[in-house]
Amino acid sequence: MSGILVIFEPRAGRISRISWEALAAGQKLAAAQSLTITAAILGSDTESLAAEIAAKGVAVVRVDHPLLAQYTPDGFTAALHQLIQSETPTYVVLPHTYQVRDYAPALAARLGQVLISDVVDIAPGPIFTRQLMQGRLNGNYRATGTGPCLISVQAGAFRAESTEPASTPAEIKTFTPTIDAAQIRTKPGESFRGSSQSVDLGSAQLIVSVGRGIKEAENLPIVQDLATALGAELAASRPICDNGWLSMDHQVGSSGQTVSPKLYLAVGISGAIQHLVGMKGSQCIVAINKDPDAPIFEIADYGIVGDLFEVVPALTAAIKAAKN
Amino acid sequence: MKIIVAIKQVPERDAQVRINSSGKWIEESGLQYALNESDAYALEEALQLKEKHNGEVIVVSAGPERVGQTIREALAKGADRAIHIDCDDLGNRDALGVARLLAAAIKPESPDLVLTGLQSEDLGLGQTGVIVAELLNLPHASLILHVEKTDTGLTVKRELEEGWFQSIELPTPAVLTIQSGGNKLRYATLMGIKRAKTKEVRRVTAAELAADSTPVVVLDQILLPHKQKSTQMLSGSPKEAAAALAEKLKFEVRVL
Repeated sequence: MSGILVIFEPRAGRISRISWEALAAGQKLAAAQSLTITAAILGSDTESLAAEIAAKGVAVVRVDHPLLAQYTPDGFTAALHQLIQSETPTYVVLPHTYQVRDYAPALAARLGQVLISDVVDIAPGPIFTRQLMQGRLNGNYRATGTGPCLISVQAGAFRAESTEPASTPAEIKTFTPTIDAAQIRTKPGESFRGSSQSVDLGSAQLIVSVGRGIKEAENLPIVQDLATALGAELAASRPICDNGWLSMDHQVGSSGQTVSPKLYLAVGISGAIQHLVGMKGSQCIVAINKDPDAPIFEIADYGIVGDLFEVVPALTAAIKAAKN
Repeated sequence: MKIIVAIKQVPERDAQVRINSSGKWIEESGLQYALNESDAYALEEALQLKEKHNGEVIVVSAGPERVGQTIREALAKGADRAIHIDCDDLGNRDALGVARLLAAAIKPESPDLVLTGLQSEDLGLGQTGVIVAELLNLPHASLILHVEKTDTGLTVKRELEEGWFQSIELPTPAVLTIQSGGNKLRYATLMGIKRAKTKEVRRVTAAELAADSTPVVVLDQILLPHKQKSTQMLSGSPKEAAAALAEKLKFEVRVL
């Protein structure tokens, strides 16, 4: 086919937003090299999902097998390996989801390739940019192998809006991989929610969020005081919840909640990508951090470089004064 | 239970990183290094499994001489012995190349379980464990927070997105990549540090492992990220900066 294969992933019965973003990344590659795009969707009951993609004018291959009804790394790796050998795409573009992270590195290795993961930009070459050192640096990667080049794209990095609906739906075909039940070595259970979700950050208008810079659980009250003065919800980055200093339902980021409040005030949060994906849609972002090079400042509207133990109490006092 | 934990030494989290003269990597002189955080959780999970079920915990790490210090720290926390893959050109190998080194060192040990952190703090590829599983032809699960030994293998708790989890059963031997936060990390005790000095660290060179090092993906250049927004930096003393921010919040952001 010498084209581009984009792997789509459903979420809650619909095509996930990040899948459309992966398609947008594929279209960027396609435009530069005059390649055709085929979407692939894996599962055992994917007619309506396939139709949703085909309606956008993108040809779809349904990779259909009863053993793909529930995700397993063995099933998905085997199925996609066969599809790629059959279609021989030049590029395979995947959404950088937890599921893709679970199988795509093995799929690439089986093809003698390496997945270029978590790509944020594509430049002519093609050169694929991904973040290094927790977002402090960018790295430009290039594939030098002869086989298909596999990339996964970061949530929010490519605009899904560029996917226009087509006047006539594109072709849908079915590919039936050969998978034996004995090949599937892991047995997945039903998914379940973590501990009670008592903090609903999703609807909060104002959020004060605290990160590793707070150093000790004993220091949390100074940030809580700021949140109280502002009338804001208190949230946190992953390490704070990992340490048990705040319960998991306070966590903002890829493994926690996604928020888009009017104000997101980040205290002592450096801004690793796993955190940024959960809050970069906020209307106004304020960052207080001692490190002027912290990646959080790249997306902040206002920033203060300084010792949070001095700045935060001063800010709490200033807010109380401004409110009166 | 024989458990191998693959660990990586990475620049310390707060280290000031600068791009070196080649433009392809960071300036390493003067950098402080530490054990990669999710690898520390992988080690902790291994030590807890050993405490419950007996067995042996072996750490394996690839890298130059300086990696020895991180290996000693893992031994001081309770690992029984270590394999140091002596390798000065780690940066020239891609994820498959590094996984090939690890797989070649792990295979002759025939472990029941291989653990590694879910991703490194420097490159952040998040692939090594999964590729090692593929190379060793073992079942795997990633983003694991909890491991329970059963009669037939393991039951693990896998993290999904947005606060969801999933329980997965898999047979052993298996490979798991461990997410941070599943356990509370231990510190090395003074006794542990003393004992670590006498524990076995077997050194094996990359050449002895005869793993293919030809990369199929190369890191051409590193650079500073573009700013996505124009940030108004508020300067002055903490008090002045705080007062300026309160002004902005009141009159520009209008949240006060």
